[in-house]
Amino acid sequence: MKPILEVTDLSKSFKKFKAVDKLSFTIEQGAVYGFLGQNGAGKSTTMRMLLGLIFPDSGTIAINGYKFNNSRRFLLKNIGAVIERPDLYGYLSGWDNLRMFATLSGMSIPNKRIHEVLEIVGLKGREKDKVKAYSQGMKQRLGIAIAMVHDPDLLILDEPTNGLDPQGIAEIRALVISLSRDHNKTILISSHLLYEIEQIATNMLIIHKGKKLSDGPVSQLFNPDETLIEIELQPEENIKTVVENSQWYGKSVRISPSKLVFKMNPSFTPDLNRWLVNQNVNVLNINSRHSFEAYFLSITNDTATTDRAI
Amino acid sequence: MIPLLRIELYKIFRRPRTYISFGIVTAITLVIQLAMLSDGKSFIGFALQGVNEQFDIRGNILNGYLITYLILQSLLIHIPLLVALVAGDALAGEANAGTLRLMLTKPISRVQLVFVKFLGSFVYTVLLIVWLAIVALVLSLVLFGTGDMINLKSDAFVLLLQDDILWRYGLAFLFAVLAMTTIAALSIFLSAFTDNAIGPVISTMGIVVILTIMSNLELPLFNLIKPYLFTTHMIGWKGFFDDPVPYAAIMRSAGVLAMYTVGFLGITMLYFNKKDIKS
Repeated sequence: MKPILEVTDLSKSFKKFKAVDKLSFTIEQGAVYGFLGQNGAGKSTTMRMLLGLIFPDSGTIAINGYKFNNSRRFLLKNIGAVIERPDLYGYLSGWDNLRMFATLSGMSIPNKRIHEVLEIVGLKGREKDKVKAYSQGMKQRLGIAIAMVHDPDLLILDEPTNGLDPQGIAEIRALVISLSRDHNKTILISSHLLYEIEQIATNMLIIHKGKKLSDGPVSQLFNPDETLIEIELQPEENIKTVVENSQWYGKSVRISPSKLVFKMNPSFTPDLNRWLVNQNVNVLNINSRHSFEAYFLSITNDTATTDRAI
Repeated sequence: MIPLLRIELYKIFRRPRTYISFGIVTAITLVIQLAMLSDGKSFIGFALQGVNEQFDIRGNILNGYLITYLILQSLLIHIPLLVALVAGDALAGEANAGTLRLMLTKPISRVQLVFVKFLGSFVYTVLLIVWLAIVALVLSLVLFGTGDMINLKSDAFVLLLQDDILWRYGLAFLFAVLAMTTIAALSIFLSAFTDNAIGPVISTMGIVVILTIMSNLELPLFNLIKPYLFTTHMIGWKGFFDDPVPYAAIMRSAGVLAMYTVGFLGITMLYFNKKDIKS
């Protein structure tokens, strides 16, 4: 597949805080990319840099092969975005908001297309109401309508289900799936609701403290070879050195004095256990998990942990 | 840029808050006009006390031209606040509401956006001054009639014949537009530095009040810097009611105001073009 978005060594600091640290990833056309990370991991900063709202300290962003810095306005014509809450002009109607942002997209967009987009997001019939009378879910859907009214190839949706009730979340989920399947959009979507992303995304990008932890197709995350083996230990201060000097280091995801996490086929677990015992490490418990949430938590929960990019 | 400006004006004039300023101008003007209708004669008698001892002044002294002059003197101090209400909101209000980030995800230039915000505020300022001209001048002429205008100054008075006044008001209102445009540029400049819409409005008024005090106080230190303060030049419109009109001084004042306007706008563009939008 052809990459639509290529990010290379992207970094951004706010004073002494490193929000994004040499982040690199590629998004292929037609994929729905789940962008995950804990609060403050750098998701929003990254998305804002992709849209030119925040200027990176270093690194490059290329869309369809064009460098973003050199062609910002040209490239934004092919991107639609909702960044956090889609704040709109409450004193104007849904139609006015949509018409206005359609004009700002720099393309001639006929009213027919506006009607079409309203239909897609399920706001047909409510377009003349003032936005201040809309529910949060309706505002989110109008935000998505604004993002896609100029028919961009790439949609960047930052926490589009934030503040929604379960029904609203389900509506946005269905909408995102439909945009990808029926309208062939490439979507980068961030959320802290792992379950939602798990259901929508074809690919995952997980970042933590501004660094990439994991990146790849969802199917690979549940590959038997990608199973997470969590081993609880009696605290062992030298464990990091022990693991680093072994054949198991390549499979390790997390190394802390009381816990080891390996990503590997569970069939290797007896060998690993035997090796630990031979190293005089007291194993308290071994758990193999492959749920997405468990995977996410194991690689992002990092107190006294050596983070390893996978 | 035209579609962007059309959108900006649409937003300004669809927002109910915009019309509060027009209401305030109308209310203040009407209050002064009503007060003058009831007590104007005694006010004029008191104001002309010294003059009447030496001159025999006859005719409709309390006329629409004089009332308009009085209204302008009091209102042009308050209008900066009304201009700042809209201009100060231009960038900071959008940032606060979160609409700025949505706008900037669209393929528009940031420099153009600042310029359009300025043009929107300029159009609003022009309309506010035109509205002031209508309610102050037209209504005062209707209520009080015409007549020769006496312009009382601290050490002299200028008598302007009634057929020699209207053009002066035309130029005075034009000058007022320029002065208020400088205030709009200042507000937009302050608006670029914050995501809170109230901040630029209060800061604009704070700066105007402080600089106006400095412009009016006769202290050696202030006298040195007065010529460089834009507030010193904002009252340049009064020159049109002198005889002869001090065109050189008025042009100098207009030049200073224009320079401030361009300066505020230029710095805003430079800063905003590099600003990280985190709101």
